[in-house]
Amino acid sequence: MSRNLKTALFSTLLLLLISYPILGLKLSVIGIGLQVEGADARTLWTIGLAAVAMFTWQLLRDRLPGAGRLAAMTPSVPGQVKHWLTLPSTQRWIILALVMLALVWPFFGSRAAVDIATLILIYVMLGIGLNIVVGLAGLLDLGYVGFYAVGAYTYALLAEYAGFGFWLALPIAGLMAATFGCLLGFPVLRLRGDYLAIVTLGFGEIIRILLRNLTDITGGPNGISQIPKPTLFGLSFDRRAPEGLETFHGFFGIPYDSTYKVIFLYLIALLLVLLALFVINRLMRMPIGRAWEALREDEIACRSLGLNPTIVKLSAFTLGATFAGFAGSFFAARQGLVTPESFTFIESAMILAIVVLGGMGSQLGIILAAVVMVLLQEMREFNEYRMLIFGLTMIVMMIWRPQGLLPMQRPHLELKS
Amino acid sequence: MSRPLLEVRGLCMRFGGLLAVNGVNLSVREGQIVSMIGPNGAGKTTVFNCLNGFYRPTSGEILLDGEPIQGLPGHRIACKGVVRTFQNVRLFKEMTAVENLLVAQHQHINTNFFAGLFKTPGYRQSERAAMGRAAEWLERMSLTEVANRPAGTLAYGQQRRLEIARCMMTRPRLLMLDEPAAGLNPRETEDLKTLIGQLRDEHGVTVLLIEHDMKLVMSISERILVINQGAPLAEGTPVEIRANPDVIKAYLGET
Repeated sequence: MSRNLKTALFSTLLLLLISYPILGLKLSVIGIGLQVEGADARTLWTIGLAAVAMFTWQLLRDRLPGAGRLAAMTPSVPGQVKHWLTLPSTQRWIILALVMLALVWPFFGSRAAVDIATLILIYVMLGIGLNIVVGLAGLLDLGYVGFYAVGAYTYALLAEYAGFGFWLALPIAGLMAATFGCLLGFPVLRLRGDYLAIVTLGFGEIIRILLRNLTDITGGPNGISQIPKPTLFGLSFDRRAPEGLETFHGFFGIPYDSTYKVIFLYLIALLLVLLALFVINRLMRMPIGRAWEALREDEIACRSLGLNPTIVKLSAFTLGATFAGFAGSFFAARQGLVTPESFTFIESAMILAIVVLGGMGSQLGIILAAVVMVLLQEMREFNEYRMLIFGLTMIVMMIWRPQGLLPMQRPHLELKS
Repeated sequence: MSRPLLEVRGLCMRFGGLLAVNGVNLSVREGQIVSMIGPNGAGKTTVFNCLNGFYRPTSGEILLDGEPIQGLPGHRIACKGVVRTFQNVRLFKEMTAVENLLVAQHQHINTNFFAGLFKTPGYRQSERAAMGRAAEWLERMSLTEVANRPAGTLAYGQQRRLEIARCMMTRPRLLMLDEPAAGLNPRETEDLKTLIGQLRDEHGVTVLLIEHDMKLVMSISERILVINQGAPLAEGTPVEIRANPDVIKAYLGET
């Protein structure tokens, strides 16, 4: 009883400490100053009631029937269905259905919906790229956003100084990011586990800070703006085409509509995601995919069988970075503006959260997680509570589905008699 | 007589103040089965770790076919045809038995990224051949019925056999077995003995063995090296070793 009392007091105190400043105080702007006001009585009553409820629950949790077994309250899915859902073949069909949905989406969804879907696709692409490094090769990379930045700035700089178009810059951005992945990976990959995570985190930050301080080239904190949008075989989607280009609506003789541009961008993103899905699907069944898996399990055994661990890890790192490079250059084209602030650690954390939330190694999981995370981010009406919801999601996930939303069984190569 | 495949001269390995291996000499001829015996902690596994590049020896020479290999990284030595099994089996437990064998063929198959991406005919051919070789060895080790099961779920004896099969997939010249009979029952040990003989006779592999099972060692080894407290104690044929008073005193026990 006394132990319960202690827990109850502590939980109640914690609840008050957290909820009173967040809900019970209001900041209002008066002129240029800020004023702190107490909240209305109703909010305070709610907090008080919540505190009492928390206290009673913690005090009596052992006596309440079934309350101690929170985890057992999970909505029970029959084991058969669970197993079926994690099969690679099932997931492939679901992904195919999702792709179909994605193809018709822009023609039914509103402009804003298409815009958000484009953002989701960017994160899906980043998630798939990071999944190669974290999910398949088992290397915890916290600086993944650095390669995203390299891709974005490659296109921005090429457009700014050399007048490159998007399609030409896209492969170059991928190559640039791959080169950076290789260069950074080489010294870093002799480290393992936590040490690797810390050093990659540092590298991600170095890239961002470098971009911010190379003011002469990258424009420093202001970034680079006026990055041209992609064109469709030389047809621009702007109202008035820049010199030497024709406009899309002019070519087809239809009235100008800014929605075309949004839909076009969306379709490019979809194309890139499909490419990424194809590549990762092949990779998992290729010798290099097997080598990643083997290396993740036992590095010493791998070495004794003649696999060069550095090369195997480096290939994962480089491939992952390439996808980030593609995503980055698309991001730059879509925004028309890149600044170092788009590539902070929070982005890395977000991408990692998508991979982990989705279930490591599962592409369907990544797609679902990207949808969830981006929607959470875009819920403007909950803006103030976003981080709260985010934290809550993480806690709920840890309790109920520590393996991720929809983990996948790895496709095993079968020996057929 | 054939020339020595592996020659070790004055091998020393020091960990801080501990001299784990002190002046070991070893010569293994092509096609021989050579054993290393000695009490626990004598430094046998340390010698193995030096030979296959996990440790960089403090001093001494290791020649493979006359070419120095000491200090090379482990994967380079493995590519030169020196592979080993481990005292405590190290399989890729989550991967299936057949996948374990496929991973081991990495250096021999088409690992070109684009070939795999677009499934070129050359790539398909190479994958098929790899699968064929894996199937052949699974059959040979009578593991075919467990081919698609995760390696970690196999019985202990099966895991041991799979580990040897995995080594054979790299097409080794020198196979180093670290206590392959540990934990096997007498029947399995007998099978292992036959297997090692076959590996040598049919596949032309030279075998270097660490083993505590004296019956096994005495019956298949052509030469035996006895190590005690890191230093070589005796070297010779099984008959000589059995008669050597020092060995009897240090290891076999006085009767």
